[in-house]
Parts: sequence; C-alpha cells; structure tokens
Amino acid sequence: MIKQHYQSIIVQTICSLLIPFIQLFALYVIIHGHYGPGGGFQGGVLLAVSIILQRLYLGTGIAHQKFPPKLALALGAIGMLIFCLAGIVPMAFGGAFLDYGNLPLFWIHGAELRAAGILIVEIGIGLAVFGALVLIFDSLAGERW
Amino acid sequence: MIWQIDFWLLVILIVTALIALSLHDLLAAVAALAVYSFLVALLFGQMGAIDVAFVEATLGAGISGVLFIVALFFTRRRSED
Repeated sequence: MIKQHYQSIIVQTICSLLIPFIQLFALYVIIHGHYGPGGGFQGGVLLAVSIILQRLYLGTGIAHQKFPPKLALALGAIGMLIFCLAGIVPMAFGGAFLDYGNLPLFWIHGAELRAAGILIVEIGIGLAVFGALVLIFDSLAGERW
Repeated sequence: MIWQIDFWLLVILIVTALIALSLHDLLAAVAALAVYSFLVALLFGQMGAIDVAFVEATLGAGISGVLFIVALFFTRRRSED
C-alpha cells in the first residue's frame, strides 16, 4: 500500500526529528508509570506510534528493513512472557499470583521490592502493547512479510 | 471543577459528534472523530482522571485515527447514505 517515500522534504525532516523524542517520552511514561499518570499501556502505545510514523513516511519497503514485523511479533511475545513470569514466579516462592512481595530479588525488601515488581510488570505490558499495535498496523496495511 | 469549561467542552463535543456522523467524506469524518476523542480526553483531564485522559489522547486521537485511515485505503472515500 505505502511503498514509496513520502515525496516532501519538510515531512521527512520533521518526522525523522520527531521520532526520537516520541520514543524518549514513551520510555519516560513507562518507567515513571507508578509515580504519576501513565504506565505500560500508554507508553507501549507511544512506542508503537513512533514506529507507525516511520512506516508512514518512509514507506513499508525501507521501514520493514529498519524495523521488521517479525521483530514486533517477537517483542510482543517477550512482553507477554515477562508479564506471565512476574505473575507465576512469586507463586513458586510461596506467594499468590502477581504477589510482588515474594519476587526472588533477595537484595531489596518490603515496599522497594513491590515497586520493582510493578516496574517489571509495566515493562512487560509496554512491550506487549507495542508489538500488538505494530502488528495490527502491518496486518491492516496488507503487506506480505 | 469550573462549570464554564465543562459546559463549553460538552457543547463542542456534541457538535463534533454530529459533524462526524453527518459528513459524507469519510476522511473528514475520521478527522472529526479524532477531534472528538481529544475533547473527551480534555474532559477526563478536567474531571481529574489524568490516567484515563492519557489513554484517550493516545489511543483515541492517535492510533485509532491512523487505523481508520489505513482501512479507508481498501474502500471508497465517500459514503452512500
């Protein structure tokens, strides 16, 4: 569908300048999610938006070389795996499902351990949402990959 | 909670919803729908639900507009009814 470059130097320059800042803000939203507004879902959506913007202005030919759809599939699966492990590993150490207080990180305790558990889960959710949204866009655009 | 902001946001919200329903050019309807989503996000933020407003601004005004436009490539641009 979108094979070629977008034929405008202004659009290309603005998009290539904008993408790193979108990704930096997405990482901030994911990491800072348990202190303020935001979280894994919103940060994952922002990351996916940056990749989709790249696909829109570069055309799918070059953009699929820069970020292949199979990588999006793998990242989504890894995110889901991180979430499931953060849920199941505390059960092996005597807690309930998603009980961050029983994660096997023995050098931190108490509230800090729970905050670290929330951070791990947010990273997993962010990766899963990112992969899923990029894959939805690629499937809708109808390219063979 | 400032009732003037609330009132005018709701009025513009209803107007953009009616515009998005009544347009025959589907690309313009998608743009009106993005404006609607962003106004809903402003309304959520004004009511203090910052997290929900963030989701609405990224998903409603960002991703869903792009996905609708991609879907438009596979159909006609004008609606019949």
